[in-house]
Amino acid sequence: MSTVKKTKSTGKKPVKAPKGPAAVALNADKATSGGITADDLGVENNDQAPGVRRRDFIHIATVSFAGVGAAAVAMPLVSQMSASADVLALASIEVDVAAIQTGQSIKTSWRKQPVFIRNLTPAEVEEANKVDVGGLRDPQTLADRTKPGKENWLITLGVCTHLGCVPLGAAAGEVKGEYGGYFCPCHGSHYDTAARIRKGPAPTNLVVPEFAFISDTVVKIG
Amino acid sequence: MSFPWAQEYKPQGTVSKWVDERLPLPRLVYNAVGAGYPVPRNLNYFWNFGVLAGVALVIQIVTGIVLAMHYYASVDGAFNSVEHIMRDVNAGWFLRYAHMNGASFFFIVVYIHIFRGLFYGSYKAPREMIWLLGVTIFLLMMATAFMGYVLPWGQMSFWGAQVITGFFSAIPLVGEPLRQLLLGGFAPDQAALNRFFSLHYLMPFVIAGVIILHIWALHIPGSSNPTGVSIKGEQDTVPFHPYYTAKDGFGLGIFLIFFVAVTFFAPNMLGHPDNYIPANPLSTPAHIVPEWYFLPFYAILKAFTVDFGIPFTGVIIIEAKLMGVLAMFGSILLLFFLPWLDTSPVRSGHYRPLFRKFFWFGLIPCLVLLTYCGGKPPYTQWVILSQIAAAYYFIHFLIILPIVSRIERPLPLPNSITEAVTGKPLETAAA
Repeated sequence: MSTVKKTKSTGKKPVKAPKGPAAVALNADKATSGGITADDLGVENNDQAPGVRRRDFIHIATVSFAGVGAAAVAMPLVSQMSASADVLALASIEVDVAAIQTGQSIKTSWRKQPVFIRNLTPAEVEEANKVDVGGLRDPQTLADRTKPGKENWLITLGVCTHLGCVPLGAAAGEVKGEYGGYFCPCHGSHYDTAARIRKGPAPTNLVVPEFAFISDTVVKIG
Repeated sequence: MSFPWAQEYKPQGTVSKWVDERLPLPRLVYNAVGAGYPVPRNLNYFWNFGVLAGVALVIQIVTGIVLAMHYYASVDGAFNSVEHIMRDVNAGWFLRYAHMNGASFFFIVVYIHIFRGLFYGSYKAPREMIWLLGVTIFLLMMATAFMGYVLPWGQMSFWGAQVITGFFSAIPLVGEPLRQLLLGGFAPDQAALNRFFSLHYLMPFVIAGVIILHIWALHIPGSSNPTGVSIKGEQDTVPFHPYYTAKDGFGLGIFLIFFVAVTFFAPNMLGHPDNYIPANPLSTPAHIVPEWYFLPFYAILKAFTVDFGIPFTGVIIIEAKLMGVLAMFGSILLLFFLPWLDTSPVRSGHYRPLFRKFFWFGLIPCLVLLTYCGGKPPYTQWVILSQIAAAYYFIHFLIILPIVSRIERPLPLPNSITEAVTGKPLETAAA
């Protein structure tokens, strides 16, 4: 035990010994000349071996701590920009679709974006199912985009996937495009009766939002 | 300018050299708050408060800009938009509470900063310009804080706007038209709210501009110090960095502990519950008081209750209303003349026995009393105390200070800052 202690203390000594007197000398020097320079802080301390100094620890610890604090403060400053609770509270809507006749469609608003709800005619359903899915830009069947047993209810966002315009075709008398679905007048994207992209610059089909029939005639979107 | 022994900025890398030759911004920072700015070695913690005030302004600007992203200045919607910020916006409660209490903490640190200036004679030659700019900043702060307080459009907001703009109606002849011009109507309404929002957004940047002048003026003679003795040589100074960046950093940590403690645990401690009631132009709150930082001035305003006229003739020279308003503005404006009212060549209150007595036993109790009375309802005893304190305030600055400066025999000053610090005279001649 004692030998271990001894070796420990002697092992420490060479490190400590030059430090004590050096610090005292620095202080004494300070008191007599009065001048203090940055050197006193150990910025360029010649009395010690080069490399990592004890003071580096406190520098790094201080700056790290301040950095973590600054990052913590930055979080609320950034997160205040994201959607607020009142916006999120309107994240889902319920729509009664009982009044929409076959072949009719309505526009409604969900998350401040237009939504098309379309009651497809049997002919339109047939036309959509006829298409060879493999040849589409964004291969999806009508069944993929509707609920089982309710294939005639096509619910999509009314936002063109190209650059966000509202396509025509939902209201009576509007151009439905070459494929009888929707047509975006901004840059000429044509969507078919399943609102799939068939021609024009849009990359994907009109987005089908998350939705569910909560009764026979009421749809919950979102 | 700086002292001849100031360390010179030496750009190290090629990029630093390239930048330094084209836009020496790093050099400017180095000479302003870096190792290139020699500062007296004996500054105490009262010298932290300038930096703290700067930090408080930054907090106000940052939180204010994000609050303005959610606030709308409409008499129908302003109150709701503040509640929207409190309840719906992510971290909105934190941002608003930080802004609300940030204003109070800005005034706390600025009042300590002014206190430091008053006690240590920081307003004396050659630093008069720094003081004048400082009083200007203080006035701008008061205007900004007032207009910000109106924005939530609660009861205190509305009636605060009504009362403060009412000051202008005390001015003879042009008063009432002037008030209507400022408000854009006969009472605070949409026009007033909108322009207050616009100006409340503008003013902090004006303040930041005057602060730059304030610091510029400070760097001409350099900082004063607790002895008030001028710097004699290199041995009296240390470089700002790392010595005072470290000391200010420590002070900032303490300041932030207090600030977040109040913001998180007592955010409404310094406010008034009445301001959570939407503005009602038909009903004044029973007890209307300004925010705590205006209370001393509010007390002076309320201290004038009698018209000033020729006794027994009924001739009124100045109405009580106008006198109160003049006295209230006068109490701040007279600070502009302070460098010439206090003619003593000794700066620090430490070496002025008579000044110190009047400072600690006259001015400070007087200001405490004014603050206290300002928050009290206008009952006789509070009015009388306000009158005594208001009278002392003016007597202190206009009569006592000039007389004390003449008759006082100051204590012997140390020969130098170094001598005051080390306690022994310099053997070697000063550089």
